[in-house]
Amino acid sequence: MNCGAMNHGVMNYSDTSIVASTVAPFLSLESVRKTYPGVVALDGFSMEVRPGEVIGLVGENGAGKSTLMKILGGVTRPDTGTITVDGVEHDGLTVEASLGSGIAFVHQELNLFENLDVAANIFFGREPLRAGPLKLVDRAKLRVMVAPLLKRVGANFSADAPVASLSLAQQQMVEIAKALSIKARLVILDEPTSSLPLAETDKLLDVIKALKAEGISVIFISHRLHEVERVADRVVVLRDGMLAGTLPKSAINHDQMVKLMIGRMLKEREKASESARAPGGVALSAKAVRTSAYPDRPVDLDVRHGEILGLAGLVGSGRTELARVLFGIDERFGGSVKLDGKELALGSAADAVASGIFLVPEDRKLTGILLDLSIAQNISLPNLPAHAKRSLVSASAEVATAEKQKSNLGIKAPSVATRTGTLSGGNQQKVVLGKWLAMNPKVMILDEPTRGIDIGAKAEIYGLMRALADAGVAVLMISSDMEEVIGVSDRIAVMHEGQISGILDKDDFSQENVLLLAVGKKPN
Amino acid sequence: MSKKDLGLLILILVVGTVVAIINPRFLLPINLANTSNLIGLFGILSIGQAFVIITGGIELSVGSVVALLGTLFIDFIAVRGMDWPLAFVLIIALGAVIGLMHGWLITRLKLQPFVVTLCGLLIYRGVARFYTADGTAGFGFGQNFPDLEFLTAGRSYGVPNSFIALIVISIVMWVVLHRSVFGRYLYAIGKNEEAAKYSGIRTGRVVMAAYVICGVLTALSAIYFAMYTRSISPASHGQFYELYAIAAAVLGGFSLRGGEGSLIGVILGTVLLQELQNLVNLLGIPSSLNFAVMGGVILIGVLVDQQWGVFRARRQMIDATRKNVAGAPAE
Repeated sequence: MNCGAMNHGVMNYSDTSIVASTVAPFLSLESVRKTYPGVVALDGFSMEVRPGEVIGLVGENGAGKSTLMKILGGVTRPDTGTITVDGVEHDGLTVEASLGSGIAFVHQELNLFENLDVAANIFFGREPLRAGPLKLVDRAKLRVMVAPLLKRVGANFSADAPVASLSLAQQQMVEIAKALSIKARLVILDEPTSSLPLAETDKLLDVIKALKAEGISVIFISHRLHEVERVADRVVVLRDGMLAGTLPKSAINHDQMVKLMIGRMLKEREKASESARAPGGVALSAKAVRTSAYPDRPVDLDVRHGEILGLAGLVGSGRTELARVLFGIDERFGGSVKLDGKELALGSAADAVASGIFLVPEDRKLTGILLDLSIAQNISLPNLPAHAKRSLVSASAEVATAEKQKSNLGIKAPSVATRTGTLSGGNQQKVVLGKWLAMNPKVMILDEPTRGIDIGAKAEIYGLMRALADAGVAVLMISSDMEEVIGVSDRIAVMHEGQISGILDKDDFSQENVLLLAVGKKPN
Repeated sequence: MSKKDLGLLILILVVGTVVAIINPRFLLPINLANTSNLIGLFGILSIGQAFVIITGGIELSVGSVVALLGTLFIDFIAVRGMDWPLAFVLIIALGAVIGLMHGWLITRLKLQPFVVTLCGLLIYRGVARFYTADGTAGFGFGQNFPDLEFLTAGRSYGVPNSFIALIVISIVMWVVLHRSVFGRYLYAIGKNEEAAKYSGIRTGRVVMAAYVICGVLTALSAIYFAMYTRSISPASHGQFYELYAIAAAVLGGFSLRGGEGSLIGVILGTVLLQELQNLVNLLGIPSSLNFAVMGGVILIGVLVDQQWGVFRARRQMIDATRKNVAGAPAE
C-alpha cells in the first residue's frame, strides 16, 4: 500500500461521547485477525459496542465488513484475537453461542418464508403447541406472543398477513421482530436500506431509534452515508481489513466518512490502459430509459466508439438493471436506445445480439456460460447458424472458431472439447468473452468482469477490453472495484439510486469524486 | 452410441434371451411382428415426448390426444367420407395446433408444462367422449381403405410398416436432435434456459417448436393406433399412453430436468417396455401385474444408472487426485 500524501492514518478522537463509558460494553472485539488463502480479510481489528448504542459500520466493498459479520455470527472463527460478549471472553463464536448471547442478524437478503404469514415466520420452529399428541400449533397463543413484538417495531400490518403481501420495509420489520423474539441485545442490520425506496427507509430508521430506546444495540451497515449520519451514535470505518477510524456523534459527517473510507493515494494508472486514440462518435445512446429497479427514474447514457466507459455506483444503484435493459433481457419501461443513430427494438437478447450489442453478465455460472457444454459449444452458441451447413452443425467449424479464441485469449484447458464447468473462474470468463469476440462486437457491456478472478487473469481481461476499444468497439464496464474503474476507464459514469448522478472525465478521476457521486453528492 | 445406450441394449438382449429360453414362442415371426408393430406405435409417441422432456418440460396429454385425434380420424374417413389423405393432413395439422397451443401457454403465458398438459389430458379426453356421445367410433361393415391399411397396419417382407415408419422417423429425428442447430438449442435450453437466453437464443420459439413436434408425432401415432385397433371407445383408448412415453424416455436416459438424453435411448426404452409387456404375456404372469412389472423395472433401471453415475464420479475424483499427487499440472 502506498502511504502517501493522502494517507490520513487512523483518526482517534479522545471524545468518549454521550453514552457513558462506565457502562460495560455488550460486545468488544480485540485485535481480531482473519486470513483467507492469499488475503488478509481482517487485520488486528478492534471495536466495541455498548448497550443501546447505534454503530454505523461503513467501508468500501471488500473492506472486510462481511468477514466481520461472519465472525460475529459464528460462521467463521478468527485466526487470532478475542471476542467478548456480555463479559464472557471467546476465541471465536459458534452459531449457537452467537444466537445464545443475543446477537441477531437482519441480512440484505431476507430469510423469510414468503408463503407463510407474519406470525408463523417470527416463531418458525419455535411455535407454541397445544397439549396432546398431535402437536398442533396453538394459534391463539402465537398471536398473543407476536402482538407485542409487532408493536415494538411499529408494524402497521397484521400478524396474519402473508409475508409475500408485505413491502420490503415491512418484511424487514418482520425480521427485526424475529430478532426481538429471541431477546436480541444486538441487532446487526446488513445493508438494510439498499433495496428500499426512500419513504420506506424512514420507517426503518425509526425502528432503529426505537430499538435504541429499549437499550438494544444496533450495528447498521450501509453504503448510504446520509442514513448513517442520521441514526449512528458512532461510526466505525473499515478499510483493507483494518480500523480506519471511529467518529463520535459530533464528528459524523459525510466528508469525514468518505475520507476515512478511501484514505490512501490512488495507484498510478497503468500505462497500458491509456487509450491509444481519441474516441469516435456515439455508438450506443440510451435516452430516458427506465428500468424495473427504478421505473420512475429515466437514464440517459452515451457510450462512444473506442472508449471504455466505466459505470460505477453502489450495489443496488440500478447498474445491472440498466445493462440488462440495454441487452434486451429486461423489459424497457419507456425511453429509446439507439445504436449508431438507428433506433433499436431490443425485445429480447436475440435482438441485441443481432445488432452487435453483447453482454458479459455478472453471474458467470448461471447466465454467462453453460457449464455442461464444452468450450467450443459455448463459443459457437450465439452464432450457431454461422457454424452450420443446411442447419446441421459443423463440428469442425465450431472447433476452428474455438481454437482461434482459445489461443487469442489464452484459455487454459486441455482442449476446446473440455467442459467449461471444469475450468477456473478466469478461464470461464475468457470463454464468455470468446463467444462474443468471435462475432465482431459493436458494443460490449461487461458487468463486474473481474469479480472472483485472480490477479493475473484480471490484467489480461483489462488488456482485452482496451484492445476492443482500440478496435473501435464501445465498451461499457460496470464495476464496484474502485481501482478498476479508475484504472481502466476513459470516462466514468456514476449511478446513484437509479440515475446517472454524474460523468467524470479523466482529469477529474478520483476515488473521492466517484464515491461522492455514488452517494448522490456533488464531486469536488 | 453412448455407454448408457449400450447398457440398455445389452439389457434388452439379455431379457430377450431369457424369455426365449423359457418360452421359445417369443421368437416366432408372428410374435416378433406383433411386438415390433407395438414398438413402432409407441416409439413414434415416445420420440415426441422426448423432444419436450429435453427442454425440461413434460407432455401429459398425449394419451388423450391419441384418443381424440384417433376418433376424429375414423369419423372423418368412415362417417364423413373424407378422402383419407386429406383427413391425414388435417389430423396432423390438428396435432400441430395442439402442440402450438401448449407451447404458447407455457412460453408466453409462463404456465407450468405439467399444469397445461394435465388440463389438456382432461379436456381432450372429455371432448373425445362428447364427440362420439360416449359411443365407439369404428368402421362400417365392409369399409376398406387398402392403401391406408397397407401403410399403417400392413407389412413389407414380414416387417410391420409401422415399425419401418418408426425407423424412418427415428433417423430424421436423430439428425434433428443430435446434428442440427435446433437440436443444439434444445439441449442448451434444457441445461440452462437463462444462459441460453443470454447467448441470444430465442428460447420461447425453440420450446414452442418442441411442443409442436410432439403434437405432430402424437397425431401421427394417433392415426396408427386408430388403424391398429380399428375401433375406438374414447373413454379408454390411449389411456396411460403418456406414461408409456415418459417411461420410455426416462429408461432411455432422459432427465426430467431437461438437457439430457439421446434418440437411440428413447427407442431402446420403448423396445424394453414392449419386451416386458410381451414377457408378461408369454411367461404366464397374471396380466394384472403388467404395470407392476414395468414400474419395477424402470425403478431398478434408474437406480442402477444413478448409482453408476455416483460411482464413476467418485472414481474420476480419485484419479484426478492421484494425478495431482504424481505431478501438479502446469498452470
